[in-house]
Amino acid sequence: MSRTVRVAWLYPTDMSTYGDAGNVRAVVRRFAELGLSVVVDRCDPGTELRDDVDLLVGGGGQDSGQGKVHEDLLGRGPLLTELALDGVPMLMVCGLFQLFGHRTVTAAGEDLPGIGLLDVHTRAEPGRLVGTVRARSDRFGLLVGYENHSGRTVLGPAATPLARVEHGGGNNGHDGTEGAVVHHVVGTYLHGPVLPLNPALTDALVRQAVRRRYGNVPDRPDGPPAPGAPDPAVPGVSPWVERARAAALVRR
Amino acid sequence: MTTDHPPAFCEPSPTSGSAHRRADRAAALVASVLGKGVRWGTRLLGGSGSTLPGLVVERLVPRAVPGLLAQLPRGVVLVTGTNGKTTTTMLLTALLRDQGLRVATNPTGSNFVRGVASALVDQADLTGRLRADVAVLELDEAHAARFVALVRPRCVVLLNVVRDQLDRFAETDGVADLLAGVARRATEAVVLNVDDPHLRPLAGSLPEQRVTTFGAAPSWRSSLPVDPTCATATGPSLPSLPALPALPTPAAPSVLPARPAPTSRPTVAVERCAPDGRVTFAVPGGLVEARWRLAGAHNALNAAAALAATHAVLGSAPDPRTLAATLAAARPAFGRGERFVVDGEPVEIVLVKNPCGFQAALGAHGGPGGATLVAVNDAYADSKDTSWLWDVDFSGLRDQAVHVSGSRADDVALRLAYDDVPVSCAVNDVPDAVRAFVDRNRHVPKRVFCTYTAMLEVRSALGATRRVEAAQPAAVHPVDGARLVEGVGR
Repeated sequence: MSRTVRVAWLYPTDMSTYGDAGNVRAVVRRFAELGLSVVVDRCDPGTELRDDVDLLVGGGGQDSGQGKVHEDLLGRGPLLTELALDGVPMLMVCGLFQLFGHRTVTAAGEDLPGIGLLDVHTRAEPGRLVGTVRARSDRFGLLVGYENHSGRTVLGPAATPLARVEHGGGNNGHDGTEGAVVHHVVGTYLHGPVLPLNPALTDALVRQAVRRRYGNVPDRPDGPPAPGAPDPAVPGVSPWVERARAAALVRR
Repeated sequence: MTTDHPPAFCEPSPTSGSAHRRADRAAALVASVLGKGVRWGTRLLGGSGSTLPGLVVERLVPRAVPGLLAQLPRGVVLVTGTNGKTTTTMLLTALLRDQGLRVATNPTGSNFVRGVASALVDQADLTGRLRADVAVLELDEAHAARFVALVRPRCVVLLNVVRDQLDRFAETDGVADLLAGVARRATEAVVLNVDDPHLRPLAGSLPEQRVTTFGAAPSWRSSLPVDPTCATATGPSLPSLPALPALPTPAAPSVLPARPAPTSRPTVAVERCAPDGRVTFAVPGGLVEARWRLAGAHNALNAAAALAATHAVLGSAPDPRTLAATLAAARPAFGRGERFVVDGEPVEIVLVKNPCGFQAALGAHGGPGGATLVAVNDAYADSKDTSWLWDVDFSGLRDQAVHVSGSRADDVALRLAYDDVPVSCAVNDVPDAVRAFVDRNRHVPKRVFCTYTAMLEVRSALGATRRVEAAQPAAVHPVDGARLVEGVGR
């Protein structure tokens, strides 16, 4: 009997500007490698967000995209907070990282309250932080990605940085922090997309989801391959991950 | 405001005898002599000479470009937008030439201001005079805004706004604002795509310019294959995750639900674009029907843009049969589906630079079977951020021999692996990869999808190392000293 997990993709229409769909592909593939079946719910404004969701992924968008999802997100704030307290892993990149904080002030001066799940504040400033980022995390090793944001995010005392910047701007270009973590919720500015390039982070999110739902995580699939499992005739993604990371690591 | 019969462009612009104009003329003269000297020098030293003269001229003589263009009796047509600039510029140039106009243009896709300067210097004579009636110039979105501050075009053609090189342009909303500003600098006419949600609102908001529109005819809209990332007003993002059968079928549209229907019929409409190359356009003078060599629905829209601009420039409706003859004779532009004969076998080269363009190219050139090389560099001109590859669906390449190359070959391979596309060869060095690709894939159709700087390397490699045959001598493109040939036909 195949185990199943449910992934919610937050705002795929308005908040997936920078290839963040790759993060959904990454978690789905990792679940499948561990022998789990995956259902992905696309959560655009007005659609249902199920309370039995196992993992949430959300991305970045333009200011106009943030404007479109903002009110809908505020309405879901209590449920998202409850899920986070219950240990549901979440990855929020760029724009949704900002809206998962207390508030964000856009380049146009609009003051958007967030859901306050992450203890961070964001304010847009002139000059975008654009380019390759390398950031060191105690838990996930060296993270690589590509940032592109005008928002400067500052962490409050209840948020832990995801990583320390070794190259690039990170949260604000000043304090050396990249991203923020609380419970199993990860916010980050890393595109690339971040999960295919950083399998340690992918694995941690996926394992937390499985552990929470089923109590243990299989080392390898037992029984027949789950629907959607990688084709065994294809070498798979792992041979390319290190090479792609190596290419990103030497970029300025 | 939309009119179907703009009376534009018939009158030559009045020439001014002011000191201002004389200074511009002097600058144009100096620039022509200097630029030609630099170009000859560059060629003697083995360079291609595509933008260096323009760079020199742009630095030394800031007024050279306005000076050269001020001479043109019918002014300047500026073509811009995310995708299709080079092809539309080429088609519009051909259409106007076949209507009897002398046209200056920048035909190599070198679409920064200095590329324009370079092309104009090359086409000017040693007295600093452009022997042309009109200039058709493509400029990238950022350089279009710079250009219109120097020179006000008589006509601006806006093709589309889709997610492109975000490390340079940031967000599509910003690009749309930029293009609106460019349109407002047009002295007479604006041609725009009413199927583009970013551009359509402009049709009603340009008080001073005559607006001519192009787009899909209602009967063709439903069959227009569209990458979903192109379809929404904010740009991107309905990747269909095809490699993952466990997913519920998302609302990934195969048609155009995200685009609200335009309120009125466009001035020029694509009526049909069949796989056998037959295309039909409704124009103010009737129907333009042709069988042509350009592949894909996106190129039909480019042709609609060129036809609409022709109408705007001429100010009258030319005989549809002469327009059709021009389209029938057209060949793919520089790196936009050009076909080269290498060791007796055709190789197609297709420039890709953003998710929409790549998806359209895979649809038009992918086809089942055959061999594919994907070459992605991350220089400034390519986009330093390769995230966009993740918004392209590559599953159509599963049954092909796929090679990858370029400075980000491994990112491409990783992306392909996620779509269960096996990669048979990954070589960073593009010339080496091209040699291996041609050698290992004999007697099958071959296509190369490449980013801009990778395309230059691919062309150079094919010309430098391979016996390239002239299938149709009329279509010889000189490239870096080699003679590459496109236009093998369908």
